[in-house]
Amino acid sequence: MDTSIWQPILYLIGIMAFAGLNAAYLGWCERKGAGHVQRRIGPKEVGPYGLLQPLADGIKLMTKQLLVPQGVDGILFRVAPILAMIPAITSMVAIPFSPNIQARSIDLSVLLIFALASIGMMAVLIGGWASNNKYAMISATRAVSQNIAYEIPMLIMVITVVMMTGSMNLEDIAAKQQGGFWNWNIFPVAGESVAQALIMPVAFLIFFICSIAETNRAPFDMAEAESELIAGHMTEYGSMGFGLFMMGEYLNIVVGACLTTILFLGGWDCPLGLLPGVWWFLLKIYILIFTFIWIRWTYPRTQIYKLLNLSWKVLIPFSLGILLLTAIFIKVEGFLI
Amino acid sequence: MSIIRETKWALLELFPEQKATEAEAEQAARDKILAEARAAAEAEAQADAEDATETGRTAEGDAAAAQGKKKKTLLDKVAEEMAAIDLVAAKEGRLGSSVSETEQKAETDTEAEAVATGPESDDPPVSLEPEGERPHGVLVRDYAKAGIHIDVFCAPAMVADAARILNEAGFTLEAVTGVDWIKEEQMEVVYDYSRTDGPLCRVAVRTRVPRSEPEVPTISEIYPGANWHERETHEFFGIRFQGHPNLVPLLLPEDADFHPLLKDFQP
Amino acid sequence: MTVPIQCAPDETFVLNLGPQHPATHGVLRVKLTMDGEYIVKAEPVLGYIHRMHEKMAEDGTFAQYMPNTPRMDYLSALSYNQGYVMAVERAAGIEVPERAEYIRTITVELNRISSHLLWFGAFVLDLGGFTPLLYAFDDREQILDLLEHVTGSRLTYCYYRFGGVYNDIDDEFITGTREFIKRLRSRLPSLYHDLVTGNIILIKRLKDIGFIDADMCRRYGATGPVLRGAGVEFDIRRNEPYSVYPELDFDIPCYPEGDSMARYMVRMDEIEQSLRIIEQALDKLPDGPVQAKVPKVLKPAAGDCYTVVEAARGTFGCRLVCDGTKNPYRLKLRSPTYSNLSLFGEVAEGMLLADALAVMGSLDLVIPEIDR
Repeated sequence: MDTSIWQPILYLIGIMAFAGLNAAYLGWCERKGAGHVQRRIGPKEVGPYGLLQPLADGIKLMTKQLLVPQGVDGILFRVAPILAMIPAITSMVAIPFSPNIQARSIDLSVLLIFALASIGMMAVLIGGWASNNKYAMISATRAVSQNIAYEIPMLIMVITVVMMTGSMNLEDIAAKQQGGFWNWNIFPVAGESVAQALIMPVAFLIFFICSIAETNRAPFDMAEAESELIAGHMTEYGSMGFGLFMMGEYLNIVVGACLTTILFLGGWDCPLGLLPGVWWFLLKIYILIFTFIWIRWTYPRTQIYKLLNLSWKVLIPFSLGILLLTAIFIKVEGFLI
Repeated sequence: MSIIRETKWALLELFPEQKATEAEAEQAARDKILAEARAAAEAEAQADAEDATETGRTAEGDAAAAQGKKKKTLLDKVAEEMAAIDLVAAKEGRLGSSVSETEQKAETDTEAEAVATGPESDDPPVSLEPEGERPHGVLVRDYAKAGIHIDVFCAPAMVADAARILNEAGFTLEAVTGVDWIKEEQMEVVYDYSRTDGPLCRVAVRTRVPRSEPEVPTISEIYPGANWHERETHEFFGIRFQGHPNLVPLLLPEDADFHPLLKDFQP
Repeated sequence: MTVPIQCAPDETFVLNLGPQHPATHGVLRVKLTMDGEYIVKAEPVLGYIHRMHEKMAEDGTFAQYMPNTPRMDYLSALSYNQGYVMAVERAAGIEVPERAEYIRTITVELNRISSHLLWFGAFVLDLGGFTPLLYAFDDREQILDLLEHVTGSRLTYCYYRFGGVYNDIDDEFITGTREFIKRLRSRLPSLYHDLVTGNIILIKRLKDIGFIDADMCRRYGATGPVLRGAGVEFDIRRNEPYSVYPELDFDIPCYPEGDSMARYMVRMDEIEQSLRIIEQALDKLPDGPVQAKVPKVLKPAAGDCYTVVEAARGTFGCRLVCDGTKNPYRLKLRSPTYSNLSLFGEVAEGMLLADALAVMGSLDLVIPEIDR
């Protein structure tokens, strides 16, 4: 059997299955999580523990009429939900789940994933603009300003990690952190200088906040602030158009959690250096996703100008400082021990 | 001076005739009480002179004793006398008998009995309900029965003046509403004012307009809160508020041309 | 065909907030003229749930109108019950037995708490926090159960009668209420204040936003927590005492800041004060009848009277005009949120959309009450 043909197909199936399962079952997780945070049960009627709920929702969404309202830009209106979904799935190609499970080891995988994430934001802009709805329009402009504001500190943090590793390949970045939590980039006491180790938790925090904002999650869900903008860019969407937007949102969360895990939490590494493998990777991303859900159901929403202020006035200066310090620590070896 | 008395006199500015007669009546009442008190004081002084013991005074009763204590003040200065008399008069509710509506002057005796103000308060006493057609003017109402203290009835044109006086006095507008008196071919507009700072005082300002030509000047420039209330009264009763910036139906559909609260409204 | 969004020459556009919108809690419509996300002009458009309750009053007898009152402010229905009943009692000169007055006080304060709890949940929901709503509903559910036990209904109570109440309260209600007081007192600091009041995002969104000062309240006739949040210590229960409130010891929460946070804090403190009132009223509850002798057909003497009570949202006034027949000649209902909302246009000017919605939430609107 010629592996060169079958391998991509296998990976394609694998990625699609992983993405599809996540997109469907994160909705269930979110509702269950929200239920428990709110002292209620959550979905329980469809199947055991409501496990078939996503299936029922999917069937319901798919059987509904795909309504294109009057006065919208027909092509862009239809393109936007697809555009929300595709980049998130494509990003999975470059993510190393373990040394063996990776579709393609790309040298510039970090760049690829961020380029695709920006396309995801384009879906919000296009969807909001094409809907010809004032709420959607406001949502689209909010999403763009938020995206610009939060991509800068996020990328600066990534550059910091890339500088420490010396590679833009996610596999290399994860591989460098193997051998126990003391090697992880979140607090690299073993691998780097002490000074570097001290600033890395701040870098992790900035990256994490930015990934919440990038994925449009509460308390930074400005684009779909339901009490202000009804459903933001998704106001005019129904049936699977809406469903694709929702799935895209959940997949973005998965990609965000994967990136955080690889860049800061050692990828597939076990905290104590035992049995590294894909299970550790999955455990880490689901803990991160649970944190996303937990935060969402705990905090009220912030305000758009406060959100932008936080980025431009706090996160960007801090991240620039961290970048500068990292550069100094790398250049001046043995700086402060 | 109590807020109700203050408000009453402020509102009496609108009715110079009533104010003059009331001031006159109050002056007359003061004079009367002053004369009585003087007489009592003199009698007491006489009694003192006749009988130097303390027991004589107690026998004269509490009221006389209270006035007896003020004997020196009463006999010394006229100004001080007046103040003291005011207080005594308010306590006894006597002043009220003549501060009521001028129309009831003949019934002063019965009014004095009708007065129901508390012994400690400086509030003006309750006026009697006028019989028949009510003339323009200020009435003091029984709060326990009517829920308001001062009831003003004025010509439509004076509504804005009343609002101005009450605005300066720090009143807030609670509601504007209408009443359709179909038998009398009239419509009444009622403005309810109250205070939110300190002592309680509720004022109702009423005016009546003919049903055929219901027009009242707006007070929405004085009280912006009146804007909606007037719109509501307009759509329900068809009363036009002259000078209102936006007199379109508020609760009814914007193109509604019916007035449901009219008594002859047929849905 | 694509129709672009219409803009005025000065690049403002009109945004219709409602009548179907998650933040208006009902069918309120606000016509917003927007410059980007800034509000240039806000104009509330009312009447989407207008039912002409005032005309209905003229068509039936005094007693027949009773079930209408809870359908206006369905969240503090008993305040409306009380306001109307007191107006008729004043017109007809009916004395209410003391026990009935105490029962009225207990139930109306329970209802006030339930109204404030629902407001709390809905307000935080306006700010994007979903979870507190369910905690508040959990507690509110206890009140609804208690009130259902004595009144027979869960939301639109018609419990008071002219000269008393419909039903005497029993021991089950009294012990249940005492347990509820204990429960809410233990939950208030942790589930409400720690989780929500102290939340930095909430504080930043409410502090120094939406100033409503005492003079603005006076000009627009705003009352209730809005007025108390502007630093005016005014409460009908204290300033114009009715029922048995003079015999009970309670404070009037008052915050001078005048921003959304002040209005929030006033309501949260009022919950605690209402608990105090209920506790004292339960302790002092006298024995005796709960219903005075009242003629079957009421025919108050001709004349008019005005009665006010402190509803959960402010001053609720009833102007009752009688003409000596068995029907009210005219009944004017002065609803508090009607006046409270009328100042929204002035407050919202120049504000960001999200802030304006937070201010609207802090006014605690109940649309059926505004539209009547």
